[in-house]
Amino acid sequence: MIPMRSLPVERVSPAPARTGVWVAVLAISMTFAAITSAMVARAGAALDWQPFRLPAVLYVNTVLLMLSSGTLESARSRLAQPEPRAIGGTAAHWLLVTLGLGLLFIAGQLLAWRALARQGWFLSTAPNSAFFYLFTALHGLHLLGGVAALVYAWRRVRMLGPAAADTLGAAALYWHFMTCLWVCVLLLLTIRL
Amino acid sequence: MTQHVATPAAAPHHAPPQTFLRKYVFSVDHKVIGKQYLGLALVAVCTGMFLSWLMRLHLAYPEIAIPGLSRLSPNGAPGGVMTPEYYLSLMTMHGTIMVFFVLTTAPFAGFGNFALPLQVGAEDMAFPRINMMSFWVTFVAFVVLIAAFFIPDGPPLSGWTAYAPLSAVGKDAGPGQGGGQTLWAVSIALFCVGQLLGALNFITTTLDLRTKGMSLARLPYATWAWFITSVIGLIAFSVLLPACILLILDRVAGTSFFIPAGLVISDRLQPHSGGSPLLWQHLFWFFGHPEVYIAILPGFGIISQVLPAFARKPLLGPRVFIACLAAIGLLSYTVWGHHMFLSGMNPFSATLFSVPTLIITIPATIVTLLWIGTVYGAKLRFTTAALFCLGFASVFVSGGISGFFLAQPSIDVYLHGTYFVVAHFHFVMGVAAMFGIFAGTYYWFPKMFGRMMNETLGKVHFVLTFIGVYCIFMPMHYLGLHGDVRRYSAFTDEYMKGDMPLHRFITVAALFTGAVQLIFFVNLIYSRFKGPKATDNPWQSTTLEWATTSPPPFDNFGGHPPVVYRGPNDYGTPSAAGDYTPQTTP
Repeated sequence: MIPMRSLPVERVSPAPARTGVWVAVLAISMTFAAITSAMVARAGAALDWQPFRLPAVLYVNTVLLMLSSGTLESARSRLAQPEPRAIGGTAAHWLLVTLGLGLLFIAGQLLAWRALARQGWFLSTAPNSAFFYLFTALHGLHLLGGVAALVYAWRRVRMLGPAAADTLGAAALYWHFMTCLWVCVLLLLTIRL
Repeated sequence: MTQHVATPAAAPHHAPPQTFLRKYVFSVDHKVIGKQYLGLALVAVCTGMFLSWLMRLHLAYPEIAIPGLSRLSPNGAPGGVMTPEYYLSLMTMHGTIMVFFVLTTAPFAGFGNFALPLQVGAEDMAFPRINMMSFWVTFVAFVVLIAAFFIPDGPPLSGWTAYAPLSAVGKDAGPGQGGGQTLWAVSIALFCVGQLLGALNFITTTLDLRTKGMSLARLPYATWAWFITSVIGLIAFSVLLPACILLILDRVAGTSFFIPAGLVISDRLQPHSGGSPLLWQHLFWFFGHPEVYIAILPGFGIISQVLPAFARKPLLGPRVFIACLAAIGLLSYTVWGHHMFLSGMNPFSATLFSVPTLIITIPATIVTLLWIGTVYGAKLRFTTAALFCLGFASVFVSGGISGFFLAQPSIDVYLHGTYFVVAHFHFVMGVAAMFGIFAGTYYWFPKMFGRMMNETLGKVHFVLTFIGVYCIFMPMHYLGLHGDVRRYSAFTDEYMKGDMPLHRFITVAALFTGAVQLIFFVNLIYSRFKGPKATDNPWQSTTLEWATTSPPPFDNFGGHPPVVYRGPNDYGTPSAAGDYTPQTTP
């Protein structure tokens, strides 16, 4: 175990981290709301909307992401046990599973892009394909931010560093939001594309 | 109301920096970051003002060759005489630099970063590293924007609003619409990221890092203004960011979000289909109108904090003031369509946007009345900061009154494309915000650098600037009513020739007012090094930043977070400190 004194000096107290995530949730929601309204307006602006079928792998990805939210909760519940030092490793393991599922989701999204490109749908092919790539790319980028947050939380959990549970709580809040956001995006894409 | 306590366990928030780079360049200290933002705004305002000089010189003397200009742009100003396209490029860059990198960065990010953690009794922002990132992303955004001057295409010419399809189609639309416009879009997208990171910090710090006893009701008014501005900015920049991404995609990836089908530009059919130029306008103005309040609300906060300190009277109606700020913030999201009355909007929609535009003047007017009520009957100390507060109220009212006219679609249709609007927004948003920045600078300078500014130079600076801005912008109302169209590079045809003397007068006033700012720069630099030493609380103010040393130590309060017992409004209440009671007095 790495000695505690080598931890970064900066201390992010638990409440600000959680509040910060809520503020980020508001900002990201606003960004996706703006793109959604742009999509609705653009769809009504001309008759060049060309419907296409969403790649099936997207649904598998959705299941992976929802599972990752579940494994993340497992990690949190294990960390909340009365003897966290004894079970800290287990929580860290569940976090690694969560990270793995998150990365699988990203890989799956790339597969969906590839499947769509094979059918001849690229970013500039039609407005709806442009929105598909835009939504999935932006969500993927934000999810990568979540991966970074989980890695940070994993390091703290593994070392049982200061406020590990709270850091994990803030990271989990963001991750669950990413899951909910993806379900909304998928629903939107299914209806509008 | 919940009261948060800054626990001793939280100290130190982060270690003091040891190296020059960490101390002055990549610093995580909010005070250094605040000064960095103000420094960036200073560079930006000099650049923007220089561009306005060039434009005004050309407007007054369209045939004049401006020495050195052909070196900056051989194509844009052959022989030193600028082309109409280059005039538009300068106008675009002037507007973009001033709105984003001066009016947003200085009063909000600059003063907010410096003073907000001090005022809530915190050691630093909630996320110092994100705070540092916020500044450097903003800095890179500025560099990217300025780079447009030095590429072969030159800077963009589509205005600070970058209306599509002009901004979206690329090189065919004219000089500067190639790489220059792409740099513009990338710069603004980066700027959005920087400001979002800043807003995240401001909101979290205000909510979570308040010291013991600092309830929301006891927050200083400037902090309230920065907090509400952060919320407005968080929503506004979250919309402008994806809008810029869509614009970039239209330009570089061949998408058709904003470019309609069948568009022929420069005899070339554009390879796009079905996009909506109006979509850009909606997305832009959903950000653009709240941006007006992002620029001006911090000024409201600064004035409401500074004025009582020199009136030695409490601010009249403090809760009403905060309610008005919140109302303005909320209403700012319902009025964006009044910028689009000329877009062919349904008259019923225009009415829907017109009504809240008129309503939003009510809280703004109430705030002004609160300031007047505060100074009424007061023994005002006429310091430079106080003078700029009064100047702020004056220019805000002068510019605000013309807003009543422009809020009505039938009048706006005639005036919107004219100098009337230029006068309106320069008064109400530009000059007023600048006066807020000046008031803040003269007020917080002792706290920032531990030295006093020269008051005589400050008062001369105020008087000449005040006269100058009225000479520049008041005549523009008449030019607008007479039909002088904004964005024209010269008024040389028969109908408008008669207005040239007025244009020349404005140009002389602009050159004069710009030159007057040298007094401010001399004062700034001289006082920084040679000014008299400042005491901890030279203005006898109540708020927490004056309860620590000038300048404050690295952790703001020397490891002893202050405890707050009262609001910031206790002026005229005798205590051991004098005719006021600091927030730390039980």
